[in-house]
Amino acid sequence: MKKLLLLVLFALVTFVTYAGGYRVSVQGQRAIAMGHTGVAVVNSAELVFFNPAGLVYLENKLNVSAGASGIFTDVIYQNSDLGISSETDSSVGTPLNLYGSYKVNDWLAMGLGVYTPYGSEVTWPTDWAGSHLVNNIELAAIYIQPVVSIKLSDKFSIGGGPIFVTGSVNFNRNLNRTLTDIEGNRSNITVDDSGVSNWGWSVSAMFNPTENFRLGFSYRSEIILEAEGGEATFANFPDSSNPGLPQNGTTTFNAELPLPAELTVGLSYQFHEKWLFAFDYNRQFWDVYESLDLTFGNGSSSLNPRNYQNSSVYRFGLQYDATSKISLRAGYYIDESPVQSGFFAPETPRNDSQGFSGGVSFAITPKLAIDASFFYLRFDEIDESYDFAFDPVTQTTTSFGGTYKSSAFAPGLGLTYKL
Amino acid sequence: MKNNIKYLAVLALGLVACEPEFDNPIDEAGVFTSGEADFSNYVALGNSLTAGFADNALYITGQENSYPNILAGQFELAGGGEFTQPLMADNAGGALLGGTQILNNRLVLAFDANGENPGPAIYTGATPTTEISNNLGNSFNNMGVPGAKSYHLAAPGYGNVAGVSAGLANPYFARFASSADATVIGDAVAQNPTFFSLWIGNNDILGYATSGGVGVDHNETGNIDPATYGGNDITNNNVFASVYNDLLAALTANGAKGVVLNLPDVTSLPFFTTVPNNALVLDASTAASLTGFFQAVTGIVTAQLAGAGVPLAQAQQIAAQYLIQFNEGPNLFLIETEVTATNPLGIRQMTPDELLLLTIDRTALAQGYGSVVLTPEVLQVLGILQAGGTPTAEQGLLVINAISGIEDGDALDSTELMAISNARSSFNATIKALADANDLAFYDVARDLVQAANGGIPFDGGVITSDFVTGGGFSLDGVHPTPRAHALVTNGIIDAIKQTYGAALPSVNPGDFGTVTLSNDVN
Repeated sequence: MKKLLLLVLFALVTFVTYAGGYRVSVQGQRAIAMGHTGVAVVNSAELVFFNPAGLVYLENKLNVSAGASGIFTDVIYQNSDLGISSETDSSVGTPLNLYGSYKVNDWLAMGLGVYTPYGSEVTWPTDWAGSHLVNNIELAAIYIQPVVSIKLSDKFSIGGGPIFVTGSVNFNRNLNRTLTDIEGNRSNITVDDSGVSNWGWSVSAMFNPTENFRLGFSYRSEIILEAEGGEATFANFPDSSNPGLPQNGTTTFNAELPLPAELTVGLSYQFHEKWLFAFDYNRQFWDVYESLDLTFGNGSSSLNPRNYQNSSVYRFGLQYDATSKISLRAGYYIDESPVQSGFFAPETPRNDSQGFSGGVSFAITPKLAIDASFFYLRFDEIDESYDFAFDPVTQTTTSFGGTYKSSAFAPGLGLTYKL
Repeated sequence: MKNNIKYLAVLALGLVACEPEFDNPIDEAGVFTSGEADFSNYVALGNSLTAGFADNALYITGQENSYPNILAGQFELAGGGEFTQPLMADNAGGALLGGTQILNNRLVLAFDANGENPGPAIYTGATPTTEISNNLGNSFNNMGVPGAKSYHLAAPGYGNVAGVSAGLANPYFARFASSADATVIGDAVAQNPTFFSLWIGNNDILGYATSGGVGVDHNETGNIDPATYGGNDITNNNVFASVYNDLLAALTANGAKGVVLNLPDVTSLPFFTTVPNNALVLDASTAASLTGFFQAVTGIVTAQLAGAGVPLAQAQQIAAQYLIQFNEGPNLFLIETEVTATNPLGIRQMTPDELLLLTIDRTALAQGYGSVVLTPEVLQVLGILQAGGTPTAEQGLLVINAISGIEDGDALDSTELMAISNARSSFNATIKALADANDLAFYDVARDLVQAANGGIPFDGGVITSDFVTGGGFSLDGVHPTPRAHALVTNGIIDAIKQTYGAALPSVNPGDFGTVTLSNDVN
């Protein structure tokens, strides 16, 4: 038992994933443990997300995977010219995922997935040095997706299905760097909306050239969340009839937030009875995120250039079936940031990162296994700025920058059931 | 169980190791340093500028944005200690003495109901709650006292609350003076400062200037007893030098280092530059009729002088000074001057360098104050003159009395400007010489105000100028700086400290500091 625990701990010390922008790669405990690879891994119902085409190759008739991770993120900021420093309130996100698949017959499997691939939660101290860009933000998008998986031959299958997305946002920031009411309280705006929904789709394919070697392809469409008539609250504005200033109170807002398309190709290779290697390449089409534009019911607006660029993630995973009951996994990945230099906004302060992941599955019974995973995302510190901070009062654009460093780690726990 | 705890400990270590950390965290020792200085106990001495007075009042947010408080925030990264201030009770400004309001609320920028015509107005959204007679019970790092002149800092009883209502003591110092006969310098030195700043002397000139020069210039009188000085007087140069020397001697007695600031030119403050002295804008016909008016005046004065026995040629020569030519467009206002044998009307046109005060009644200016108030009766007399008739002596007087020169208290004339300039040059020479003699850091803030008044000082959100309301440098009283200007002053001081003491300190971004406050709570 002691040996086992040591083994588990060892696995936990090397860890997994996250991704650029507000993409959060935690869509399966077994995949997370392997660097969030999975487009060519036939292992569990997590395939609903990674590659629906592969579901039809699962041995069991019914497969269920459920899991949750606690994501602990920290971002620190400092500007050595101005002697200012700040740190986000360690936020804890808890993305969930639930997948199930049912093999109708030898060539057809159906599945259903609920997962949260996009989200962000960043809380800076209120009125910190970059508060004119963000005080706090909470974004969440829940994907609900039925899929179908069709085996065209033992070597080739296709899959896919429609995606229903429902999202929510809560975002607060100060109007600019200086405006206050008479008491010195900073004028700020909060936008809040939930139940913002839209549809998308995914398609995928799997090719098995040999018994031990699989290739996978998956594409998930872009989905634009359009918030219309959300609630915007203007607070601590001075009591003034200055025509250039909005009044305190609640109004509506409209905004669009894109959830970019993602293309994944990858492979898995069972190079030993007990060992499996997997590689995934993700291409995330972030260039759709050009600007975050909000228009308010009181006539004011806020235009925030983002200019994201498409980015890639390279993922490597390894699985070792230590005993009939225990599988150990480890992974590594390189995650490019979609944020271009000069557009580094503290609301999604991500630069390039490396992910380390690990995990273990323990089969309690032949049907039920506990999956544990852990990932740690390592960022280099970076000197960056956001050069498009627009002050609606003075009509001037300024830059906000400094040195940032982020980290994220996420332990997760899940269950896999097969029948 | 024991093992489990061990593993948990290992796991916890793993989690801690995940916390991000910079290669060179700025809050770590050695990044910012105090050099030869020691910022552990910083005490600031001065007047309203040091206290954070703005918008014609002292209030909390102004105090929080005072240059000493901003500076102390930067000092904190280099060994600076806590910095305390005698905060007012509210943001309304104003104050009570024995429950009766004795100081006005602050000014705010108010727009009219149509969102137009922004202008300063007294804030009425709250009544003042600061009671002067509530002594705060201890001294503070910020010893700035609004209204203090150089010699006040060493004057016993300046903070005696019993003397406030009679004008013998300062209401702001009364709030935190350690005793009835305490001095500002005494209470400052008693805190045993390791570092000090001293910015004093502005009011030794400013009171004279903002009163339009109605006070007395003691460089002219030679009076060196400040106990006899009035509030609007200019302090004698020797008095200033002596007091300043004593202040520095007291502050440096224990070896403390410090920084001193010189005195900017008060006449470049918006209080003196906002109302132009040539705002008498005339169309061609009005200009012609005003010129005609003064031709009539010249005739009347000639007649009066001749009638009083002055030889005609001499009378004509004296009266000729009133042949004032007005032109289409802007014209210089008329100003009152001493009535003498050579200027029997005591009136002349302003010279281009003379200044009008912000407090001048601009409605009156539009109605003839500074030129001529043309009543129907006056016009009737002018008609008689134009028709070649001779007005009666009474009618002549009517014309003469229609002339409305600007009063002394609304303007600074050349003589007064000279007195101000001479005193400032002398005071600044004293400050610089004593700074050098005591090996103190010296910040030439006067130079920066010149820059603000001539083109402006750029920052990341534009340019800071001395323009009233819009320039960003001055609060709504036209004299005291905005938080943004306090940030500029802080940076100037930091540069001086770096240079003199080899300290490594970060500057602040003026763009992070506000300017004027908007409110429509002005009744």
